[in-house]
Parts: sequence; structure tokens; C-alpha cells
Amino acid sequence: MVGQFILAAAGEPGWFDIDKLPVFIISLVSIAIVLYTTFHRKSREKYQVREIAGLKAVEEAIGRATEMARPVLFTPGWGGDIQRPTTIASMNFLSHVAEKTALYDSRLVYPTHDPVIMTVAQEVIKESYARAGFPDRYRDDDVSYVTSSQFGYAAAVDGLISRQKPASIFLLGTFEAESLILAETGNSVGAIQIAGTDSTIQLSFFIVACDYTLIGEELFAASGYLSDDKSILASVRAQDILKVLIILYLIVAVVWSTIAAMNGGTTDGWWSF
Amino acid sequence: MDRKLALGICFIFGVIMFAQYFSQHPMARVVNQAVLEYWQIIFAFTLLVGVASFMKSSFRKMRKPSDRPYQILGLLGLISMPVLALVWGIKAGTPFMWMFENVQAPMQATVFSLLAFFVASASFRGFRARSLQAAILLGAASIILLSRSSLGGIVSDYLPPVAEWIRNNPSMAARRAILIGIGLGSLTTSLRVILGIERTWLGGSQR
Repeated sequence: MVGQFILAAAGEPGWFDIDKLPVFIISLVSIAIVLYTTFHRKSREKYQVREIAGLKAVEEAIGRATEMARPVLFTPGWGGDIQRPTTIASMNFLSHVAEKTALYDSRLVYPTHDPVIMTVAQEVIKESYARAGFPDRYRDDDVSYVTSSQFGYAAAVDGLISRQKPASIFLLGTFEAESLILAETGNSVGAIQIAGTDSTIQLSFFIVACDYTLIGEELFAASGYLSDDKSILASVRAQDILKVLIILYLIVAVVWSTIAAMNGGTTDGWWSF
Repeated sequence: MDRKLALGICFIFGVIMFAQYFSQHPMARVVNQAVLEYWQIIFAFTLLVGVASFMKSSFRKMRKPSDRPYQILGLLGLISMPVLALVWGIKAGTPFMWMFENVQAPMQATVFSLLAFFVASASFRGFRARSLQAAILLGAASIILLSRSSLGGIVSDYLPPVAEWIRNNPSMAARRAILIGIGLGSLTTSLRVILGIERTWLGGSQR
């Protein structure tokens, strides 16, 4: 009755857009799987996560910076803001890196293009230093806003890399055209570079110019891998389950579509939405 | 208490933004528009935080003689542009526009042009056939590069269609696989944030 009232209200569109029903159902299924793997006790039990070379190299990269008495540079790229899941994933990575730099008494430099990201990064690094037991080693100046302009940001970070010659560079977040400018400058100063982004175009540049690249979902799995937090690792498992479901869906859709085409039917059907 | 409040706000707005996506009702559009407008307002205020941080950091770095010229230039740019805009406006022919067109835009173009040289140096390193995978990459890249240049049609008539096939099949398949992984990663990360499982963004530990 309530639904009828809403639909009848001044001829306005209904509360629910029926065209988005398939997306809604898929969203609910995905959410249910993530919630199940996260909160179900057995699903949270330890299971094996494959080795990711880029994540294994984090310790080595920070150790190298300590030995060379040079800073570690971490930047989230120009393309994202704090709403973006990639930025959140990069913050988790930053938390781990900051804890290590605090332990090894290595300097961590974090230039960014976004004041909100800067504020969050300051809190994340401060907390990580406190967790490591060395809150006094945190330097407020090293986490700074440079500019919101894309190539201004690239020039500023390039300048930092050229002058301070960091031993290790972490390029993790959303990058656009500045990706290769930063990665090549880092390469020219001999820094060990670990990169990861959600842009498939920039990934190819990182693969060529950096020592380790986190491809696609690896960046999102990194926080669970590094922190060994079971609830985060459980959501990585949810990703795998969803991936299997997508593969099954693709196989069924391809077979169905092929049979339909062979029988003279249309290649468009229930599988396309 | 502060964190509980932030987590509560995050949960409520996460659910609202998820729900409004599935609705065409005017109320849903109004909610979406209002949230986006508030985000713009909040961002404008956070720029002040950014400017304050930039000034503080520049003044501190000025103590080091080698960094001093860069910091002075940066601060001059930061102060002069708003002053020029406030005094003479931002229309064509004003000092602000002159600075933008003759200083800022060429500097941005200069940094962007560096990309051409970096693409060449990165390609030189990346396309060395040190392993089977690198050799395949080199072969595919050579075909694509040749087909995109005017030499493509001269070398062989088969080159452009082969390049198209590489772009539309193996390359696109790999790209879509990565995109599916990124999509699923984004979904689980967003859910963790909305449900308060992921708390690093608050500066805190996970749980």
C-alpha cells in the first residue's frame, strides 16, 4: 500500500529504478558474501594468501633507506581523493610503512595534492609512530600539501626526489599522466620503487619503470597481508569467491550466447545489463 | 566517542549514497546533489588547511640555504596569484590572466612534455628481451608501434589487422581481468569502511 502511494505521488518516478534491478541483486549478493566471510567464524580462520613480491619487498626497501641514511618517499598520486577506495588502500599501506620507518628511525616524506589526504595521512603516520613506540620521531613537516595542479604536483615531487634522493619510493594510489614522470625520476636517483594503482593505463608505465608493481586487487589485499588482520583477509577471500562467480557467469553467458547465435537468435539476452 | 561519531556518520552516509543510486525519485536526486554540494563546501575549507601547511612547511625549509630559492618562489606564487585576482579580477587582459597564460600554463606544459622523454627511456629499459615474457612484450610492442606509424602499411598489409587483434583480444582480455579485480577490491574496501571494519582512515588501528 505504501509502495502504491509512492508510485502514484504526482506522477513522479518510483523510489526504485527497475532498470537497475540486476545491479541491485548483484550488489546484494556481493555484500552478503563479504559479510559472511568477514563475520562467520570459520571463514575468518587462517588460510593461505599467495606471496606478493611487492609486499615482501617493503621491509627490504625501508631497511635499504635506513642503511643509506636517506628518506623514504610515499605519495598517493594526483588522481584520487579520500573517497576513493584506492586511497583508503594506500593509507593502510602507509600505516605499515610508517610503523617500520618509526622502528628503524628512517625519515618518511609524504607529499600530496589534496589537503584532506594530507590531514588523514598525518593522523595515520602519527598513530603508526605511536604504535611503534616512537611518537617523538614523527615530523609534521614531512607530510605536506604541495599543490592541487597536476603538473605542479609532478614538478614538486620530482624536485623532492631530485634534491633529497630517497632510497625507497612508494607510489601507491590513483595516478594519471604524472605516474611515469615520478617513476622515471625515482629510477634516475637509484631508488627502489614499489608502485600500485587502479589505473590500467598507468600500471603499464609502473611495470616498466618500478622494481615491484602491485597489479589490480593486490593493492587492496595489501592491508590484510601486511597487518595479518583476519577480518581484512576474510574480505580478500570474498573477492576470490566473487571472482569465481564472475568466471562461471561469463562461461554460461558465452555458451548461451553462442548457442543463441548458432540458432539464428540475437546475441543480446539476459546476460547483458 | 569521536571515532564512534565519525564511524556512525560514515555508515549512515554510506548507506544513503548506496540506496540513492538505485532510485530515480526526485528526493533521491536532491539528496545526492546536496551531499555533493556539501563535499565541495568542505573541500573549499580544507584548502585553507593545505595553504597553511604549505606556508608552514616552506618557512621551515627556508632555514636550509640550498632549498631557500625554491621556497621563496613557491610562496611568491601562492601569495601573488590571489592578490592579483582580488585587485584586478580574473577576466582576459588582467595581470592574473597574464600570469596564468605566460607563467603557469607554460610551466605545466614543460613538465608534461618531459613525459615524451620518459616514455622513450622507460621503453628502452622495458623492451629488452631478457626472458620469454619480455620477448613477447617486445614483439607485441613492435607490431603496435609499427602499425601506428606510417610505416605500418608499407611493411605489410597484415600488420594493421594483427595490431588491432592484439589490442582487442589479448590486451583487452588482460585489461578487463585487472579491472574486475580492481572493481572487487574497491567493493570490499568500501564495505569495510562503511561497516567500520576498516579504520585506518581515522588514523587508528583496524579494530
